[in-house]
Amino acid sequence: MNTKTTDLATLGPRGLSKRDATAEGLQYLTFSLAGEEYGIDILKVQEIRGWAPVTKVPNAPPFVRGVMNLRGAIVPVIDLRLRFGLETMAYTKTTVVIVVTVQSASGSRIIGTVVDGVSDVLNPNAADIQPPPDFGTAVHTEFISGLVTIEAGMVMLLDVDRLLSVEEMFALETVRPANEHGIAQAA
Amino acid sequence: MAIDLAQFIQTFFEESFEGLDVMEAGLLALEPDAAVDLEQINTIFRAAHSIKGGSGTFGFKNVTDFTHLMETLLDKMREGRMAISRAAVNTLLESVDCLREMLVAARENAQVDDERVQALRDRLMQLLELKQTAPTATPASDEPTPPQTLGWCIQFQPYPQMMHSGNDPVRMFRELAELGELTVRPDVARLPRLADLQPEDCYLSWELELVGLAPHDAVAEVFAWVEGDCELTLTPLVEAVTPVSAAPPLPSPAVRPGTAEEGQQGELLLERRQTEDRRKGDRRASAVTTPDGGSIRVGIDKVDAVINLVGELVTTQSMLSALGEGFDMSRLDKLHEALDQLDRNTRDLQEHVMRIRMLPVSSVFSRFPRLVHDMSGKLGKEVDLRINGEQTELDKTVIEKIGDPLVHLIRNSLDHGLEPPDERVRAGKPATGVISLDAYHKSGSIFIEVGDDGRGLNREALLRKGLDTGLLKAGEDYSDEQIYELIFHPGLSTAKQISDVSGRGVGMDVVRRNIQDVGGSIQITSQPGKGARITICLPLTLAILDGQLVSIGQDCYIIPLLSVIESVQIRADAVNRVAGKGEILRFRGQPLPILRLYELFGTEDAVTDLEKGLLVVVEADGRQVGLFVDDLEGQQQISIKSLEKNFRRVSGVAGATILGDGRVGLILDISGLIRVNNPVL
Amino acid sequence: MANILVVDDSASMRQMVEFTLKEAGHQVTVAEDGQAALAIAKGGLTSDLVITDVNMPNMDGITLIRELRSLPAYKFTPILTLTTESTTEKKMEGKDAGATGWIVKPFNPEKLLATVNKVLG
Repeated sequence: MNTKTTDLATLGPRGLSKRDATAEGLQYLTFSLAGEEYGIDILKVQEIRGWAPVTKVPNAPPFVRGVMNLRGAIVPVIDLRLRFGLETMAYTKTTVVIVVTVQSASGSRIIGTVVDGVSDVLNPNAADIQPPPDFGTAVHTEFISGLVTIEAGMVMLLDVDRLLSVEEMFALETVRPANEHGIAQAA
Repeated sequence: MAIDLAQFIQTFFEESFEGLDVMEAGLLALEPDAAVDLEQINTIFRAAHSIKGGSGTFGFKNVTDFTHLMETLLDKMREGRMAISRAAVNTLLESVDCLREMLVAARENAQVDDERVQALRDRLMQLLELKQTAPTATPASDEPTPPQTLGWCIQFQPYPQMMHSGNDPVRMFRELAELGELTVRPDVARLPRLADLQPEDCYLSWELELVGLAPHDAVAEVFAWVEGDCELTLTPLVEAVTPVSAAPPLPSPAVRPGTAEEGQQGELLLERRQTEDRRKGDRRASAVTTPDGGSIRVGIDKVDAVINLVGELVTTQSMLSALGEGFDMSRLDKLHEALDQLDRNTRDLQEHVMRIRMLPVSSVFSRFPRLVHDMSGKLGKEVDLRINGEQTELDKTVIEKIGDPLVHLIRNSLDHGLEPPDERVRAGKPATGVISLDAYHKSGSIFIEVGDDGRGLNREALLRKGLDTGLLKAGEDYSDEQIYELIFHPGLSTAKQISDVSGRGVGMDVVRRNIQDVGGSIQITSQPGKGARITICLPLTLAILDGQLVSIGQDCYIIPLLSVIESVQIRADAVNRVAGKGEILRFRGQPLPILRLYELFGTEDAVTDLEKGLLVVVEADGRQVGLFVDDLEGQQQISIKSLEKNFRRVSGVAGATILGDGRVGLILDISGLIRVNNPVL
Repeated sequence: MANILVVDDSASMRQMVEFTLKEAGHQVTVAEDGQAALAIAKGGLTSDLVITDVNMPNMDGITLIRELRSLPAYKFTPILTLTTESTTEKKMEGKDAGATGWIVKPFNPEKLLATVNKVLG
């Protein structure tokens, strides 16, 4: 097993150097979520921010925490625990928002994802990536593109394009019809 | 030097379409068989003439030929050699349509309906009493080639005033010298005594000898501009004996129209278009569409205003940087002053930049005289269309979006609203019906009204439909307004039969949706036997709005200030809970439904006690509702950002904006909220 | 390089003529009708050449030529009309008013430049 790790400290504020990734092969940003380790292709990551309150969007699915202002752009923020149907946890100092670029048929979108904390950057060899198991993961396997084993355990590599596509997210849980709460019907 | 004409062609299309609109409006205003309004016809003629000139230059020969016929007809009318008959005006109107299609086809490299063009050509020819119907209007003239000579002897005697037209003999000699070997012999015989000499007059004459193979026309061409300003004789030189048959012909200067070179250029253009036609298949252009990224014509005054404001902004900026260097608290007042100025500058600049996007509604209204003219003929109705306020300005995007809804509304008025003349007379009204189209500016919004003096909406029929479809409940008491609003409901039309004119498929629900898409609202009033009036309220601009910030729990929402009627504190005992209708407040003598936004949005920590919060009374589509919020925050101008790019459409939310403190604020969709409250509408 | 005043109510023609002349290194002033052109001329602009359309709103080309000829600065300035009329009658109308010559539409940039160069020498 020849898995290199890169110290997070080498990452600048937005310094996820993309050239390195192509030069040295695949790189994944790993983060923790409910005791498990996950990885996102570093080319998808735009920046990492500390958690700050967001503006709630009414009648959105529960995993949509709201929208935030990213230098003038309005970006939705998704809680990955809730997205995966895991138990919620109060946000702490280590809670971060990983801002990712998601590709879809209709173009690229920017989405913030709330995770428990960022861990590392992983440089696996392509050969070290195993296919996802059929069962036994907290996350639906269709969103996992592969597995990498490290000393501390296992990292699940996420297919964020799929996981965070609007179609996928809203197919699972459609926006509740507004008049469900409507005062007109409440009486 | 090769200059690509393509860069000017877009402008040519734009001005041609404008010209067509001018022609159409002018033709519609012509009173057939009345005294000729010369200025009116001149205007139409000029527009046709410009299209003809431009199309020739930019290589659209079919347009040139077609316009030429129209122009000739107009010229005859202008000079009184032809009566302005209804038939002629109608033919010209149809020709305008045809020309518009030809131009659209040219712009989009699409196929032209040749049959239609030919049919109209024939009709124009008929009116002009021309027999020839071949599509090529200007056959190449086959002048007999003049016999070649070895040169020319030219007697050139200018009249004294020749130079007053800016013509200069030296220029002509220079040109001649290019055609061959030139010998110039001046004749000073006419030169007066110095005392009598007028320095501006020409007293000299010349005898010129040009040796070379220049054809007669090329030589004559040099003197074309001074024809009538001189005596000129051209005599071939004959004494030379050895004709140099192998010598290449000298190039003639490209001054004459229709030279071979030019014809070729035209053909090349044509050929390229045809190739592209084939590629695009049989696609036909039917309407004038503006391609994306279209341009806008801006009055120079608007641009100047912006430039002035930028100048002021620069001044403020330098003032602020001067303050910033070595700032101390003693200059705090100055800083505040400069910041106030910056605030003012920014607002002014924003306002003026927005104005650049504003166009007069006349660009939409101008198509209605034609519509009414054509339709009233088909329907056998007599209509007087009265347009007011066409100079009212609106955002370009809004203008583009309201065209179709307005067409629909006017068609409705014509088709369903106005009665046939005999029915009107029986009802004691003038046989000619009136459709009015008004645009005006009121309290920060633009209003457009479409009214008619026809029979008005059929309340009974609507009520019946409403009950039949279950949208209304039997035994309930509905206001006229509530019943009239039903026409905006999909699938509800009281038209007994679908007529050719109103068409199918597109209903008033689509009209309303289109209006709402640009942030507007629509309302209808009607009086039986007296007519109906539809009022459309539109925002001045789409990108910026004045917002009232309100807080609900921890969240801040924005209500468009235009929708806000007032904000009130209420007493709980003034509120009734009505089964199936929620909470209703007796407000200024009217029942006002209350919408608790925190419930609708699932907000925690919000004020729930009606007496502790505030009720913001808002209006949209002619209906009012009270939005219950915690408190009012400030008012501010906000720039609207779409949520949908990164999100799905959220009901009750029209968009988002970034607030002064950097947070995101959601903008409430008042129309949407009112519909949520009362799903009937 | 010459100073040329171009008058045409059609924006596309104006742009084309202006662009062509500027490409050839001339200084170009444009006006969108006779009235504007006359105002410019009266305002003190001198020109080496005037190129004007004939059919224009507000003030047509013929009237413009007459008016220009009454200004000392434009008494001998070459004035060319842009005309779609190839009949002698129509061309002479411009001549009678004092035009130097004409350029018949349609024309291409090359033809325009050739004629302009001819006049400017």
